[in-house]
Amino acid sequence: MVPIYYYLVLAAILFCIGIGSFLIKRNIITVFMSIELMLNAVNLTFVAFAHAHDNVHGQIFVFFVMVVAAAEAAVGLAIIIAIFRTRQTLDVDSMNLMKN
Amino acid sequence: MHLSDFQIFLLLTILKIVVVLVIMLTSVAYTVLLERKVIGLIQNRWGPSRVGPFGLLQPLVDGIKLFLKEDLMPMAVERPLFVIAPVIALSCALVSISVVPFGNVFTYRGVSLFEISDINIGLLVILGITSIGVYGIALSGWSSNNKYSLLGSLRASAQLISYELALGLSLVGVVLRAGSLRLRDIVDSQSAHGALSWNIFGGPARVHGAGGTTWAIVGGFQILGFFIYLMAAYAETNRAPFDLPEAESELVAGYHTEYSSMKFAMFFMAEYANMITVSCVATLLFFGGASSPLGHLLPDNFGGTFLSAIFPILWFVFKVFCFLFLYIWVRSTLPRFRYDQLMSFGWKFLLPAAMLNIVLTSLVLAFHG
Amino acid sequence: MQLALFIIFAVLCVVFALNFLFQRHPINSALSLIVVMMSLAVIYWTLGAEFLAAAQVIVYSGAVMVLFTFVIMLLNAGEEERTRGSKIAYIVGIPGVIAVFALLAYTFVHEHSTLGMAHLGGHLNNGVSNLEEVSRILFTDMLLPFEVTSILILVAILGAVVLARKEH
Repeated sequence: MVPIYYYLVLAAILFCIGIGSFLIKRNIITVFMSIELMLNAVNLTFVAFAHAHDNVHGQIFVFFVMVVAAAEAAVGLAIIIAIFRTRQTLDVDSMNLMKN
Repeated sequence: MHLSDFQIFLLLTILKIVVVLVIMLTSVAYTVLLERKVIGLIQNRWGPSRVGPFGLLQPLVDGIKLFLKEDLMPMAVERPLFVIAPVIALSCALVSISVVPFGNVFTYRGVSLFEISDINIGLLVILGITSIGVYGIALSGWSSNNKYSLLGSLRASAQLISYELALGLSLVGVVLRAGSLRLRDIVDSQSAHGALSWNIFGGPARVHGAGGTTWAIVGGFQILGFFIYLMAAYAETNRAPFDLPEAESELVAGYHTEYSSMKFAMFFMAEYANMITVSCVATLLFFGGASSPLGHLLPDNFGGTFLSAIFPILWFVFKVFCFLFLYIWVRSTLPRFRYDQLMSFGWKFLLPAAMLNIVLTSLVLAFHG
Repeated sequence: MQLALFIIFAVLCVVFALNFLFQRHPINSALSLIVVMMSLAVIYWTLGAEFLAAAQVIVYSGAVMVLFTFVIMLLNAGEEERTRGSKIAYIVGIPGVIAVFALLAYTFVHEHSTLGMAHLGGHLNNGVSNLEEVSRILFTDMLLPFEVTSILILVAILGAVVLARKEH
């Protein structure tokens, strides 16, 4: 027997680490991975709430999140490869063509 | 001394794990010997014959040799990853055997003896662990800091991801028929009429039902699914004719070029352990697992309790052995694919064929029940 | 036993998530993320979501993260350099993150009595497996969304191929 809120607090910790690394990291691939970490944290809350409410719909939602995350990863990594091909760098700060 | 049920469970589980691990590692060693012997015979030479009778002690000597070799650590490698990559490869290869049922249900105080664990998502567990095994190869190539290793591991990652799809889809027909992902249920769904009711075959058999004995079509007719599985599995285990990641004529030794001594031995063992696992899964899913091909021609309790518990295991081992032999036979017969041929074969032939198999199977099941 | 499982894998999760944050090399970050995802799979399993546990391992750690490591290896990404642009992220971001965490944690701890307890396997343990339940809902109530996601994936495949293809 574990209180449900343990799981939720764990999800909150993971989510905040995800936000933190999203803000701090400079490598575009790592930034992208921190989005995945945040999605995982949200998935954990969905599963925990599904358990708390004795209802599988939360799990179905997680399934859809996974599908969308997979699609997003494919497109995102393709974009990253395209960017690397033209700019020869993965640093998010050096992608500032639109700035000046 | 009186032990509670939980203690018995714990003790028996640890015992099962140890026994299975020992048997697995021994059979890995002897699969290597079998391969060298069989390839030797096919190529009209002797194979290992010096150590022990018929070269039977050769695996032992090989093991000692690999242990005593100097463990080289090249200068420019990424140290932690270089060390951990073979561990990942070997442990993933060994873990997936834990959901395989080797024999019939035979319980002692509530603990099933002939399988380590009976999970209701057993098939998915095997697929998941197989997909984790990619990291061992990918990381070894990258951390070696060697262009041949990197090329080998890039090839391997792309190949494994591509063929995983065909592999997974080829199993759907079997799962549809059994209506379960538990490996025990899948075996049970094909053990009623001997070899005829195996998933790969099919045919008319006498069925004892509520309305008396009638003739009915039994079996899965999954022969297409089986061949897709077989080819995808050869690619998944990096074996000939799909051994592009370690193609010695192009890439020195592929992803394990920089490895020596025990670390190399771990990759080597992982490859053979994967072969054994793949053969076990093929046996379970398409060839009726531990069930006898004779069906009920022999009485169920033939030879008493002990023998009737042992016979299924012998059948299982025999089937797995046949698959291993097939592996070796294919390796010594077929030439290696070219890389673009490999990719187009996987994506343009195996994947559509697997989808076709799913559609056909589900149509038949929907209309025929 | 569930508490022990939870503590082990929650600690693994947090430690490797922090490792993800502090590692400079993308491949080390990717590997830590894989460990986080695997531990989350175990935690899903303790919450009675076996199917999601398997899907987590197969889809996330087995496919998505392989893609990430593959791209890192392909582009040969080295250690990232610290640049000036991240200063504002430190000044505004870190207090913001702490505030978000405080808010979430406060809400969850405050509502702990209404949330109740988790027990191994959940309500689906008796007879109906989680797999059957999920697939029944997925192919009856959620059939349209399910089919739409397949189109989404198809579009994503096409998009990825078009984006990553070399221009001739």
